[in-house]
Formats: sequence, C-alpha cells, structure tokens
Amino acid sequence: MKSLRWRKFVDLFWTGASGAGVVLALVPLLSLLWLVVSQGVANLSFSFFTNLPAPVGEPGGGVGNGIVGTLLLVAIASAIALPVGIGAGVFLAEKGDGRAGDVIRFVTEVLSGVPSIVVGIVAYGLVVERMKRFSALAGGLALALLMVPTLARSTEEFVRLVPGALREASLALGVPKWKTSLRVVLRTAAAGIITAVLLAVARAAGETAPLLFTSLNNQYWNLQPDQPTASLTVQIFNYAISPYEDWHHKAWTAALVLLLLVGLLNMLARILSRNRMEGAR
Amino acid sequence: MPLPSDSVAAARPSPLAGAGPSRFGDRAWGAGISLFGGCILVTAGLILSELGGQSLLAFRKLGVLHFLFGSDWDPVQDKFGAFPFIYGTLVTSAIAILLAVPVSVGLALFLSEMGPKALRRPVAFGIEVLAAIPSVIFGLWGLFILVPWLRSFIEPGLQAVLGFLPFFQGPPIGLGYLAAGLILAIMILPTVASVTIEVLKTVPLPLKEGALALGATRWEAICMTVLPYARPGIVGAALLGLGRALGETMAVTMVIGNAPEVHASLFAPGYSLPAVIANEFAEATGAVHVSALASLGLVLFGITVILNALAQVLIRAVSQGVPRGAA
Repeated sequence: MKSLRWRKFVDLFWTGASGAGVVLALVPLLSLLWLVVSQGVANLSFSFFTNLPAPVGEPGGGVGNGIVGTLLLVAIASAIALPVGIGAGVFLAEKGDGRAGDVIRFVTEVLSGVPSIVVGIVAYGLVVERMKRFSALAGGLALALLMVPTLARSTEEFVRLVPGALREASLALGVPKWKTSLRVVLRTAAAGIITAVLLAVARAAGETAPLLFTSLNNQYWNLQPDQPTASLTVQIFNYAISPYEDWHHKAWTAALVLLLLVGLLNMLARILSRNRMEGAR
Repeated sequence: MPLPSDSVAAARPSPLAGAGPSRFGDRAWGAGISLFGGCILVTAGLILSELGGQSLLAFRKLGVLHFLFGSDWDPVQDKFGAFPFIYGTLVTSAIAILLAVPVSVGLALFLSEMGPKALRRPVAFGIEVLAAIPSVIFGLWGLFILVPWLRSFIEPGLQAVLGFLPFFQGPPIGLGYLAAGLILAIMILPTVASVTIEVLKTVPLPLKEGALALGATRWEAICMTVLPYARPGIVGAALLGLGRALGETMAVTMVIGNAPEVHASLFAPGYSLPAVIANEFAEATGAVHVSALASLGLVLFGITVILNALAQVLIRAVSQGVPRGAA
C-alpha cells in the first residue's frame, strides 16, 4: 500500500482539480456578463427602448419594435402553452401513477429535449405554409411547443410537493375530489406553478432559432398576429452577423436589454420560490 | 371506542361540498385533466407527422443514403448532400462533451463532496445564471470575444505544440469547429453539472461512510464508492448534454463559419445541421430545398429523441429506490 503522505497528496490534488472545474465554469460566465454590461451600457438610452431600428450610419434608433414583438410572441405562446402545460402537469401529478401516466411522463421528458430549431420547422409547416405568410402566430406556436413540456414537468413536481394530509383533510370534510384538487391542492401549489411559468416565459423570450422562419422580422411596429414580427433575439442575431461596426454596438446593447428582461423574470421566480419555501418552514 | 354523541353533527358536509355526491364534477375534472395529458401525446404525434410529411419529398427525390452521405450541398443546382452538416454536428458535439463532462463532474464533486460548504450556494447560483442566458447572447460573446481570442492565442499555441496532428493544421482563423465546440461546452455545462449533482445526491451515504471508516481518504472514498455507484447517471447526464449540444443552433451558427465542407482540422470552418436550417430555411426557394432542410430536422429530431430516452433510462436506473420527489 502506498504511503499515507502520498495518498493525502493525491486527495489534495483531486480536490484542487475539481476546484479547477468550478473556476473553468465560472470564468466564461463572468466574462460574458461583464462584456454584455460594459459594451451594452454605452448605447443604452431611453430612446433605445422606444425607437424603431435606424439604418446603418444613422445615429439613434432602437429596438422598440423588437421588445414589443418579443412580448407579443411570448403572450401568444403563453395563451397556448399555459393551459396545456399546467393541465398536463396536473394530470401527471393527480392521475399519473398508472401506465398511461408513465408513458406521458416519458414522452414529456423526451419532448423537452427536442431542439428548438426542429420545433420551428413544425410551426412552419403548421402555420406558415397554410397561411402562406410568416406571422407572429407561427412564432408564438413554436415557442408554445417549447414551453409545454417544461411547464408540465415542473407543474407535476410542484403539485406533488403538496402534503397529502392537506388533500386528505379536505376530502374528509366531504369536499368532492375535483374541488379539492382545484381549491386546496392547486391553490397550495400556486406559487410554485407561477415560478415555473416565469421560468418558462424567460426561456421562451430568449429563443431565437425557431423564430427565424416563423415570425421572421419586421422593420416596423406590429401588433397583428397574422403579420411578420420583429423580436429582440432575431434583432440581436441580425445586428451581430452584419458587417457594420455600428450595428455590432447595437447588438451588445440589445443583448443587455434581453439579459435584463430574462434576468428580471428569473429574479421574480427566485423571490417567489424563496417565499414559498420560507412559508413552508 | 364508542362514537361521541355529536358525531352526526360532525359528519355534516362542509360548506365547500356540493349537495350530494358530486360524481359529475369528479368525472368532468378527471376527463378535463386527462385531455390535457393527452395533448402531450398529440403534440408528439404532430411534431413527428409534420417533420415526416415535410421530409418525404426530399427522401423520395434524393434517396436516403445518397442524401445522408452525399457531401455536395448546392441548392442552386439542386444538389443536396447532408454529410458536411452531420459531420460538423458530430465533431463539435464531441469536442463539447470531451470538454464539458470532466469539468462538470469536477464541479459537481466539488460542490457536493469536496469543496467548502460556503462556496456551494454562490457556485450553484452561477450555474443557474449560466443556464438562463439566451443562446444568441452566447453567440454574440463567441463571435466577438471567443473567436478573436482563439485566433490570436489558442490556435497558434495549439499549432506550435501539437501542429503535427491533422486536427491542428491550417490557418488559425478562429471561426470553425473548435470555436463551436468550445461554446457548446460552455452552454451544456449547466445541464451536465446540475444532473450530475442530482445523481450524486442519490448515492447512499453509508457506502461512503463505510469507505471512510476503513481509512480511505476522501478522494479514495469517492473513487471507490461514489463514482461507481453514480456512473450510469453521469453517463445519462453526458447524454442529455450531448442531446442539447447536437440541437443547439444560434451560438453555433454564429461561430462555426458556415462552410458546407468536411475538414479534419478543427481550425477549419464547417457547418452543422441546426445551423444550415437556421440560415437557409426562410429563404429556401425550391420545394426540394425546403424538404431537404426539413429532413435534416427529422434526422436531428430522431437522434435527440433516442439520446434523451437513453439518458432518462440511465438516470432513473441510478435514482431507483429513491422515492419520487426526494431525488
């Protein structure tokens, strides 16, 4: 057997190596956050939030239509995905212990790994090809298809966290099952489900790939669901791959705006879930 | 024990209860949520049939083998060979896995076994932030920070030391397989790390305690008990990461160079399945072109579904015996 000193050295070495893993993971994160903030802040102004994009070389201009477009797309996606995703999650938690539940749970988990670009193709076939036009509706549908599996999974998790005693107490009082599910179990799980919704919305707001050929882009304001629509993410992409220095700066600023939006949603979710946990303690 | 005399009063239905047994309500509620559960299956069916329907034309016109292994992609002349994209996807994902898995496992071990407890929360928070960043922002950072850095430092350095290998030859232009692989590694790290942490949590404590009690150092205990027990789960985590890497679009599109070519050198520009769909789908002209791109999507869908299913099976195998919700 090797000497104790050698074994202790090996132990220390691997502790250090695993610590290096932490450093390697966090360095890109810090670099990215720092650059987005430092590069983005230069062009940040009130008009950047409210103006339409300006042509190359022209000063000013913003991503107002992109912000509005992203909100519109996310709203359409939520309108489709929230009922379906949450409903499916409740099904998995309440009636998902049988064979059918296992199959649906498995399909949900597999679906949540489907690449977003593939979902874009599906939305293209379902909406764009039939309407013969790129539209916010198609983009919203693509985002909805991405949101449903994640929502279903996390809703199930949160509903299952509700103590069985609560449900039993309600049933023992003679409350029918459906009312117990709706007014006792779901109400208890509500904070958790809202957290899940916020996280799903944040993820959808940051999606680019499925929007490239569904909602496309738009130079102007648009609030009509059957028209092509600008979005913050597609705008960042277009600015970034353009050959113009001026647009590169705008890409960083738009990235900062997107990061703020996504960060805000995540922070809200975090605060909500922390309150819930402290309430339970 | 005899019932108390006021048991009749106690059995009075609560004000929340409807009049009489509410069979109809229960049935409607059950049917309602089952309908939503069924929606999941419908969604899966819809995705499959849409992709299948759209790709049919390309597979029929071009022939499956010719399409998948042809390496000539020229939509203008109706030539569609998907091999450069498949190759690029595999190479970049392989780089990502090779880099991300050791780092993730190290990070997971540090967080759950070896590191000081005070560091756990901030690092876990950092990983969550990394997971929440939109991929187009990774692409932006990759394009303007990572690529120039690779071009002026890393690639010349690799070439000087390992230049005799075919992987590190040619002009270091920054854009290419290596840049795409690196950015994928960063992007899949949160997935692999967080699943690995969950898997490590399911390792029974007595196993490790036994090893420690027999005089093993912490690392020896991890090597002898934790890692063997968690291995299938870690493989599952890696497969989940691989699934994400294969399908990741924006960041790769922005740094891979977008050249439908096959090169051994990692410095060379290439292309990937998601990237070509992202770049060409909106402007695809002919029906065959659209269909060819859709069938690339179908290929991608098939690979990721198989990988995800496999990963789920492996991760479940490790956490078996742990009650649902506790894992």
